[in-house]
Amino acid sequence: MTMHAVREFFGTFMLSELLKGMRLTGRHLFDAKYTLEYPEEKAPQSPRFRGLHALRRYPNGEERCIACKLCEAVCPALAITIESEQRDDGTRRTTRYDIDLFKCIYCGFCEESCPVDSIVETRIHEYHFERRGEQVIHKDELLAMGEKYEAQLAEDRAADAPYR
Amino acid sequence: MNALVELAWIVTKIVALVVPLFLAVAYMTYAERKVISAMQLRRGPNRVGWHGLLQPIADALKLLMKEVVLPQNANRFLFVLAPMLSIMPALAAWAVLPVGDGLVIADINAGLLYVLAMASLGVYGIILAGWASNSKYALLGALRAGAQVVSYEIAMGFALVGVLMAAGSLNMGDIIRAQEGPIWNWFWLPLLPLFVVYWISGVAETNRLPFDVAEGESEIVAGFHVEYSGMAFAIFFLAEYANMILISGLAAIMFLGGWYSPFHGLPLLGPLFDWVPGMVWFFLKVCLFLFLYIWFRATFPRYRYDQIMRLGWKVLIPVTVVWLIVVAGLILGEVGPWF
Amino acid sequence: MIEKVIFYVFAAILLLAATLVITARNPVHSALSLVLAFFTSSALWLLAEAEFLGIALVLVYVGAVMVLFLFVVMMLDINVSVLREGFARYLPLGALVGVVMVLQMLLVLGSAEVDLASLTATAADAGAAETNNIRMLGNVLYTVYVYPFELAAIVLLLAIIAAIMLTHRRRGGTKHQDISAQVRTRKEDRLRMVRMPTDRNNDS
Repeated sequence: MTMHAVREFFGTFMLSELLKGMRLTGRHLFDAKYTLEYPEEKAPQSPRFRGLHALRRYPNGEERCIACKLCEAVCPALAITIESEQRDDGTRRTTRYDIDLFKCIYCGFCEESCPVDSIVETRIHEYHFERRGEQVIHKDELLAMGEKYEAQLAEDRAADAPYR
Repeated sequence: MNALVELAWIVTKIVALVVPLFLAVAYMTYAERKVISAMQLRRGPNRVGWHGLLQPIADALKLLMKEVVLPQNANRFLFVLAPMLSIMPALAAWAVLPVGDGLVIADINAGLLYVLAMASLGVYGIILAGWASNSKYALLGALRAGAQVVSYEIAMGFALVGVLMAAGSLNMGDIIRAQEGPIWNWFWLPLLPLFVVYWISGVAETNRLPFDVAEGESEIVAGFHVEYSGMAFAIFFLAEYANMILISGLAAIMFLGGWYSPFHGLPLLGPLFDWVPGMVWFFLKVCLFLFLYIWFRATFPRYRYDQIMRLGWKVLIPVTVVWLIVVAGLILGEVGPWF
Repeated sequence: MIEKVIFYVFAAILLLAATLVITARNPVHSALSLVLAFFTSSALWLLAEAEFLGIALVLVYVGAVMVLFLFVVMMLDINVSVLREGFARYLPLGALVGVVMVLQMLLVLGSAEVDLASLTATAADAGAAETNNIRMLGNVLYTVYVYPFELAAIVLLLAIIAAIMLTHRRRGGTKHQDISAQVRTRKEDRLRMVRMPTDRNNDS
């Protein structure tokens, strides 16, 4: 024990632990870097990516949402507000479908709960608001989003279908 | 008239030293960010200018534009004075540092003492900043910085006593001339323990990692400069980096032979490098030490406060005292190429 | 000429700082004024070509002693008004001490033993001969005054040891780390491998 202590005592003056640490960081200095140059390069996204919301339509142009309000009920952040009415052809449709994006936590429960695959989350995650109130998006905006990205949305749902 | 000319000449010399120094400080921050990010497998700043080379200038402009916030119950006079007090000694000490043979603003006999005195003044900026801010974190940071700097000054002073014993002079130029010769003639070899102690206490003196308890982001937010913003903060930043360059310059002068080339006086390699001006060698040596600073920061975790004190008082000071006795023996025995 | 101007400027600053030390309301301001006073007096010494003394003053007093002073003053919560209460009462005594000090200095400087002209002359000679200030001091200290010097060193050493002894007492029942013991431990000292019956079953 004493021999060991003496050896340790003089060993500490060699600063070997410090040099070992510095060798490690020194080696990494020349390693390949992991940084993605963001606006030019982007990380790959999963088909399950949960970004900005959209409301989809059937191929014949009819909106899918039937105002069942399951998404409103399941939303943990209470971000969704729905009001509905009977349309002239006797079907129930929403008159109002608002999502407050400041409340939304992008958990994807609304998408999971939707029986008709109407409310979905797109891959869009780069957006901003410039005025107060803009963060609440309305039904027409959501439908427009759905129309714009329908191809991508359909492809992503198809890719995920085998696992559901 | 003659006096005026002399004054103008002195001012020119000061400007010729301070402007490159500030540039060096600016690009030191850039180098630090680049090297640390490389060691952490990141790329570092690369948006402003080619490979981010204009980043320091963008940062400086940003800080210039920002407002200097005065805390409500702060002592206004001292609050404004503190950053100036911290940068002044860092710049003043450069007056006696020879960057090349004869290239020095003031070639005074007590050069080494003067540098030590200036280095010990730097702590006032920190202490006053901490006290004047009227903030708990700032005061804690100031107290830590004060205790740490006063303790490590002793180890540092002892290490430099070894140098002045070996060189037989307090004049910076004479100290370098005493090391004339190739790399193994420089003082780092006979004074190796003192060199290590000097360097460790130099890192502690500048409050750099792993001895940055005065700032300690994770415990006391930013320590003494929590309340500072804008240009006042930038001046603290400048002072810290100017101090780092100063300590590195001192290390180059005391232990690595200042302006001498590592092959000086060798039969074949010596003449091969004779055309390189001494300033370049000095610059390269300073860069080596600055890189060490960054490397330390990227590698070591922060010391705990009581362990810093233990290291300073119970390890570094005894080591220097022992080695001073050894050096005295070496000088009496006129050992090797050094004495 | 220019040296004289510099001297008077520094002297004025020195006097102002010294006055501030005793008149400032805030103790931290007092301490800082003292720092300024030390600094300007060291500048005056530099002007008189006593560079070693000047720099040593900055190094020791400004760099170390006053930092600790500030330290203490910052930690204290001094009530200034209480401190000022006795000002008028102690004034006569203080003035008396001051007068006695001035008289003593006059007696010393006015006596035939110390000739001011000769003092300045030696300083000028030293400057002319390019003799190193520090070398001169060292020569005197280690030859003529070597015994008093060593004695002073021993007294200081004793004072250090005494100060440490007075404050450094081991109290019982405190917890503290022995860091070197912690670092020294090896696996064999602390770790014991135990084979549990279930392990044996799994291993095979």
